[in-house]
Amino acid sequence: SFFTTSPRHPGVHLLETVSPALTPLPSAPLQDIRNTVGNIPMEWYQDFPHIGYNLEGKKIYKPIRNKDELDMFLEKMENPDYWRTVQDKMTGADIKLTDEQVDLVHRLQKGQFGDVHFNPYEPAVDFFTHEVMIHPVTNRPADKRSFIPSLIEKEKVSKLVHAIKMGWIKPRKPKDDTPTYYDLWAHEDPNSILGRHKMHVPAPKMKLPGHEESYNPPPEYLLSEEEKLAWEQQEPAERKLNFVPQQYRCLRAVPAYSRFIHERFERCLDLYLCPRQRKMRVNVDPEDLIPKLPKPRDLQPFPTTQALVYRGHTSLVRCLSISPSGQWLVSGSDDCTVRFWEVCTARCMKTLPVGGVVKSVAWNPNPTICLVAICVDQSVLLVNPCLGDKLLYGATDQLLESYVAPEEERVQPVQWVTATMEEHSKGVRLVVQHSKAVKQVTWHGKGDYFASVVSDNSNMQVLIHQTSKRWSQNPFRKSKGLVQCVLFHPIRPYFFVATQRYVRVYNLLKQELTKKLMTNCKWVSSMAIHPGGDNIICGSYDSKLAWFDLDLSTRPYQLLRHHKKALRSVAFHKHYPLFASGSDDGTVIVCHGMVYNDLLQNPLLVPVKVLKGHAMTLDLGVLDVLFHPTQPWVFSSGADGTIRLYT
Amino acid sequence: TRRLCILKGIYPHEPKHKKKVNKGSTAARTFYLLKDIKFLLHEPIVNKFREYKVFVRKLRKAYGKSEWSTVDRLKDNKPSYKLDHIVKERYPTFVDALRDLDDALSMCFLFSTFPRTGKCHVQTIQLCRRLAVEFLNYIIASRSLRKVFLSIKGIYYQAEVLGQPVTWITPYTFAHDHPTDVDYRVMATFTEFYTTLLGFVNFRLYHSLNLLYPPKIDGQADVELKPAEGKEYAMDSESYLEKLSALSASLARVVAPTHEDEVEMDEFPVEGETAEQMDARKKEQEALEKHKKLFEGLRFFLNREVPREPLAFIIRCFGGQVSWDKSLCIGATYDVSDPSITHQIVDRPRVEQQVVGRYYLQPQWVFDSVNAKLCLPVVDYFPGVLLPPHLSPFVTEQEGDYVPPEKLKLLAMQRGENPDEESEEEEEEEEEEEDENDKEEEEEEDESEKEEEMKLKKMEEQKTQSNKALPVKVTAGKLRLEDKQRLEQEQQSEEKRLAIMMMKKREKYLYKKIMFGKKRKVREANKLAAKRKAHDTAVKEEKKKSKKARRA
Repeated sequence: SFFTTSPRHPGVHLLETVSPALTPLPSAPLQDIRNTVGNIPMEWYQDFPHIGYNLEGKKIYKPIRNKDELDMFLEKMENPDYWRTVQDKMTGADIKLTDEQVDLVHRLQKGQFGDVHFNPYEPAVDFFTHEVMIHPVTNRPADKRSFIPSLIEKEKVSKLVHAIKMGWIKPRKPKDDTPTYYDLWAHEDPNSILGRHKMHVPAPKMKLPGHEESYNPPPEYLLSEEEKLAWEQQEPAERKLNFVPQQYRCLRAVPAYSRFIHERFERCLDLYLCPRQRKMRVNVDPEDLIPKLPKPRDLQPFPTTQALVYRGHTSLVRCLSISPSGQWLVSGSDDCTVRFWEVCTARCMKTLPVGGVVKSVAWNPNPTICLVAICVDQSVLLVNPCLGDKLLYGATDQLLESYVAPEEERVQPVQWVTATMEEHSKGVRLVVQHSKAVKQVTWHGKGDYFASVVSDNSNMQVLIHQTSKRWSQNPFRKSKGLVQCVLFHPIRPYFFVATQRYVRVYNLLKQELTKKLMTNCKWVSSMAIHPGGDNIICGSYDSKLAWFDLDLSTRPYQLLRHHKKALRSVAFHKHYPLFASGSDDGTVIVCHGMVYNDLLQNPLLVPVKVLKGHAMTLDLGVLDVLFHPTQPWVFSSGADGTIRLYT
Repeated sequence: TRRLCILKGIYPHEPKHKKKVNKGSTAARTFYLLKDIKFLLHEPIVNKFREYKVFVRKLRKAYGKSEWSTVDRLKDNKPSYKLDHIVKERYPTFVDALRDLDDALSMCFLFSTFPRTGKCHVQTIQLCRRLAVEFLNYIIASRSLRKVFLSIKGIYYQAEVLGQPVTWITPYTFAHDHPTDVDYRVMATFTEFYTTLLGFVNFRLYHSLNLLYPPKIDGQADVELKPAEGKEYAMDSESYLEKLSALSASLARVVAPTHEDEVEMDEFPVEGETAEQMDARKKEQEALEKHKKLFEGLRFFLNREVPREPLAFIIRCFGGQVSWDKSLCIGATYDVSDPSITHQIVDRPRVEQQVVGRYYLQPQWVFDSVNAKLCLPVVDYFPGVLLPPHLSPFVTEQEGDYVPPEKLKLLAMQRGENPDEESEEEEEEEEEEEDENDKEEEEEEDESEKEEEMKLKKMEEQKTQSNKALPVKVTAGKLRLEDKQRLEQEQQSEEKRLAIMMMKKREKYLYKKIMFGKKRKVREANKLAAKRKAHDTAVKEEKKKSKKARRA
């Protein structure tokens, strides 16, 4: 029968099997309530008031269980035999286990035999001795089949024989008796190298350790706190050292390196997974890379030192121009004035307030005319500065006054207005009024025509004016982009128009486009032409200077990246083989640009001097550069309101 | 295929035109040569691998059906393969094999320290151990060890085997903390090949010295060793390997050892070699011979706390005699109490019961002496003394590199000078000067630019001043002494700058890169020097303080 020991300690349940023979029922003599239902699951009686039938066939009723939790607890506390009380599942009665029964349970729990008297370690008795007896154990005569060859065996053997005949079963392979190691390279022939080995790239050896890997390195190789922190924050692949240098006082203190196996494994991976390539290490002396150029000393003359500073303007000086004689300098500034200077003394001869920001000034290149064109807002002023030879500027005035208006009024894109008396006293002679703001003006070499650039998007961007006839015309029918600047060819009837990325060359006589130069720049800022007329330089805002040889190609012959910031202006010298560029980084770089008459020889460009002097203002440095017409001098005007002369 | 690639030494190639090969895309891909892959196809070992696969399948089937006789039969016919021909193919000449020995040795030494459980086959570990020990014995016999280095990763050795430098690293003898992110199968495949290679190399090397292979311990030494240890070691084969690995006995030779030392090399004057070069070569040879006999006549005793194997190996490589405690390892030849011991290697802070007549030294002395090619003064290496830094022998400083002061001292010592304190200081001063020079060079360009600006500014100021103070006062002009040299230098530097402006884009890039590299090198050297200086001053101050404290 099954017993459930009631928990000795709360929470611990044990289930044991006790054989019925060993459990004399304590209540049997008093009242025989043996259940006769047999070995059935007792849940079948769950819903009935009785639990089975006794020997007489009467129902055995379940004992009344009206104990609640409190009663149970009190009984547990008070009844000293509570721990040895179990419920008989068959009858539902509580049974108190006897001492023997408790003992039995204990033994079973320990895995011992139930019977106390059973001895598991009895001395062994050798029933069948190892000694050979003279008499057989059985006296049975041998079978007949032990004398007859077995058919089954025969069948098996014949199968094996057949398999051997057919080659299905092979004899055991003879043991390979060559020694494991022998002289492999006994007959080595260096010429027998396979073709594959010619392509072979041997794996580079591992880097040998430096001082920092020592267990006791010099103290300077140990990482400081910050370096250690930086090391930890770096990606493992980026680290220069793959370990932290450490110092140990003695060899005994050195621990095992935890990444040793990792490192060997990574080496293995490198050996069979890492692509190999032969790389030619550039073993060049950096001095050899520097091109051998003629010494600047041999290319003199060129401006080397700052000689004069022209002070007077209060705001950035945007533009400069010089009289053909080289005696006078005119400058236009953001402080709405135009100043005339004497070159040699740096004296301001005259100040002309114009009432607007001066974008461009241009002195008439004709030495017999004394006239300056000035761009102010929407108009171009033609000013007689009244400097120098009185005869000369008197003649200029006469020339301007000798104009006779034509009979019929022609339609013009601009208006020509004679200056008022007040203006006349200041020196203004004519005002050419445009419809939009004018940003550049440039004279033709003869001094009669001049061109102006209007900041506009239409085809009216470029206008060509004739001073003597007071007559303007618009040469282009279509706009080809935002015009940056224009230029007349010094000798031939060509006209250069620089848009943002291209320079177009027009023939004025034939009225057609002759060339389109690709500047390879993002945004052209300025342009200058060699006095010979075959070479052009273009400065751009992306700090490049492009030198074009018009005979050679429409692409730049050379692209110079000397400046660190945007180029504002470039200029050629009239006689000397010099050109200069001024940039926002506050420097003027003077280069030697020799053009040879021989067509086979390419121009020689050598930078000869970096001129510094202008202070940086509003992130602007040099705004205009200009060469003296006869001397190897260069003027530069800067954002700091000064003009400087370098000689 | 992975296994095959490892064994055959096939590796990917980086194509010359990556884009072209990759059909226009620049994604990262690995490229193998077509030839290599075709070459793999014709390898006879591929069939062996297939056979083995079939064998495993059959065996599994037989086990599943519990056909034990079939299992036995299959096991008898277990297919095996050999890598001999692959070794021969990959290294057509012996020198090729020696060149590639570094990784093989490092791997074998690592595997020989693995535990005999898990990770890989016990046979592999035993084989690795055997080959490693054989190689060490060869190095001892040929005395070809050159450099040793105690790093935090392990111990580096460099030997010169038949003119080829062979470098390997052994881990410190601790149990390995086996990482989980390592594929041991890859390593095992490599090891399989490396053991084959090393075996053949060992064979050849032993024969080049007329030694028996597999190595036998020299008869006399064997007899001496046997009676003591004979009882403890039941298996002869085991004790054989252990005795061999004790590295204490010399090896048996095929031919009785003649006095080969006496045979002087005939001198063959190489064509085109001047007398000076010959002399230099001769000197080098002599120095080498001297280095080989560094510890000749010295008797060492290793205390039980020092790593026995590396030290015994190094000492024996340079002709010293070495022994250790009998209970530590087999093969001890003499006892602590032996009065003839000259050096005892100790790695504990203090030694009680010092025996008169021998030096007690820390193990670093052995390593530093080997690297310095002379027996260093023992004072710095007494037990408990703060050791001098252990420098790497693999670094050869070029011009402009940072040289630690200890190295300078060592170089002076090698030249035969006696470095006193004074010279030390001088050296330090010199170094400082050098550093300053470097800095000057760096700043020179900037300075010259700055100077020009300054000049211009000054001139301007002067002008403005003169403008302002109209009543012009003529002060006595100062005679300006213009340093002609300086001027010339400035001019030259300017010329150089202008020339650099005219460089082509590509060349300019290259030039800038080279210059950047150079500057970085200088910067690093300066940084190290500054660190050292700071450290030295700190140490000095501390000393002063402690002195003051002592006085007070």
